[in-house]
Amino acid sequence: MSARPTEEPMERRAIISGIGQSAVGRRLGRSDIDLTVEAALEAIGDAGLTRDDIDGLSTYPGMGAGTPGFAGPSTPDVQDAMGLSLNWHDGGGEGAGQMRAVIAASLAVAAGLARHVLVYRTVSEGTAQGAGGRQGIGGSGGGRGGVPRFGGFMQWSLPFGAVSAANWIAMVGQRRVHEFGLTREQLGQIALNGRRNAALNPKAIYTELMSMDDYLAARMITSPLCLFDCDAPCDGSTAVIVSHRDAAGDLNHPAVHINAVGTALRGRPSWDQFDDMTTMAARDAGASMWERTDLSPTDVDTAQLYDGFSVLTMVWLEALGFCGRGESGPFVEGGGAIARDGLLPLNTAGGQLSGGRLHGFGLIHEACVQLRGEGGPRQVVRPGGRAPEVAVVANGGGPIAGSMLLTRGVR
Amino acid sequence: MVAHGPSLRLLPRLSDDVAFFWTSGAEGILQLLRCNACQFFIHPPGPVCPRCLSRDVAPQRVSGRGRVETFTVNYQQWIPGSDPYIIAWVSIDEQPDVRLTTNLVDVEPDDLFVGMAVEVVFEHAEDVYLPLFKPVAKGAAP
Repeated sequence: MSARPTEEPMERRAIISGIGQSAVGRRLGRSDIDLTVEAALEAIGDAGLTRDDIDGLSTYPGMGAGTPGFAGPSTPDVQDAMGLSLNWHDGGGEGAGQMRAVIAASLAVAAGLARHVLVYRTVSEGTAQGAGGRQGIGGSGGGRGGVPRFGGFMQWSLPFGAVSAANWIAMVGQRRVHEFGLTREQLGQIALNGRRNAALNPKAIYTELMSMDDYLAARMITSPLCLFDCDAPCDGSTAVIVSHRDAAGDLNHPAVHINAVGTALRGRPSWDQFDDMTTMAARDAGASMWERTDLSPTDVDTAQLYDGFSVLTMVWLEALGFCGRGESGPFVEGGGAIARDGLLPLNTAGGQLSGGRLHGFGLIHEACVQLRGEGGPRQVVRPGGRAPEVAVVANGGGPIAGSMLLTRGVR
Repeated sequence: MVAHGPSLRLLPRLSDDVAFFWTSGAEGILQLLRCNACQFFIHPPGPVCPRCLSRDVAPQRVSGRGRVETFTVNYQQWIPGSDPYIIAWVSIDEQPDVRLTTNLVDVEPDDLFVGMAVEVVFEHAEDVYLPLFKPVAKGAAP
């Protein structure tokens, strides 16, 4: 069921006028608000604005959600720290993936609720996890007697030791093995592609070249996913300024226009009850995005697709129509099609697998970098020497998904 | 040999809406919430049938038979001291779009496949009876 409006989609009245990113590292030992302010000031300056121009603020998720280091600072904390006076503010963890904060901002500027919205996503999971490493979402034990009981959706998976998104997404992976013949070598191409691109990203977490043998030799986490199929927890903040498109002419760099967003969730909002175990919400987000634009997958010059786990990137390749359902394995084989000089340059800053788990926003940042032609040694150049004009960004996995089509100039 | 599950079972709260599901194993049976108006099984349990919106819903016994829809062998020590164990989504024979996240027992990963017929077996932990699944015994009535 399409909700396509008869007039121009409102998100098209918004642009990303500025981008910023803090230092990114495995364990920086800095507070999340310190990282956020660094990214925010860079983004505000990049947009040619001052602090006083910012009248909107939005984040995902804020307010202490999730495991330590996951949430980032709340909007009240950032508003107060930066002395902002706001016409519109918003934060939360429910919606069309992590980019829900950008989508909300685009609608706020389109509706006239704000003119320049600072949107940020900050993680300090590297420092928070410390030497203990990655934890399950629902907690990881403790002694008997002190162990809490669980309600809500987690009660259906925690008792069985399905405590991490890694477990849930491994189920998607194994189902793809069954239905489509997905192989570890195909999954490995997502990891290898990320690593190759990360070598050209000075902020990336892992930059040593990785061979297919290295990938196949990695320890298994939850079959069919090995260590290199899981993204790298890190510290870092990414900020973008979402402005009304009237401001596009004031910039000293190309404006990045939001052409269409994908927000649908037409199946059940559940990891284990979603009708199609090989796709989940990405299917709906992708479909709803294309319903809102006259552009098509063949127009896309670069794709920045969520790779919290490698198999999710393959899900997105299909969900966004770059290949048919079940065909992402053959599509990525050999790695040529997804390389920087390939048919569909993918995750050109290394994605989250090697670039670091900036949780969706690193991918948004890189799409803007590429559309603005600021990628330096990793800049995508299309056949004929053309700079990228259309980028797609996808965030999320399982029942959580959002996508966004970005363009250089109006399309 | 893989383990039956993690070294520590993180257990559900037995709130009024779900206690039937987590305790019916005491009688050796699996129960799911069902709509009395349209016969739809509702999982996880809710106050209303999402298909016909009737509020006339009640737990009902099911056969405990199902199929493995997908699975993973977990190796990561999310819960310290755990040996590898199998997590699966099992669909229920009475209504295959209802799936339970569970552990598979009495089967090794190499013998496991999507579509395998399985039946419920309960693991008692404190006041909870966790529905796990094992392969249907050879020669058992279908």
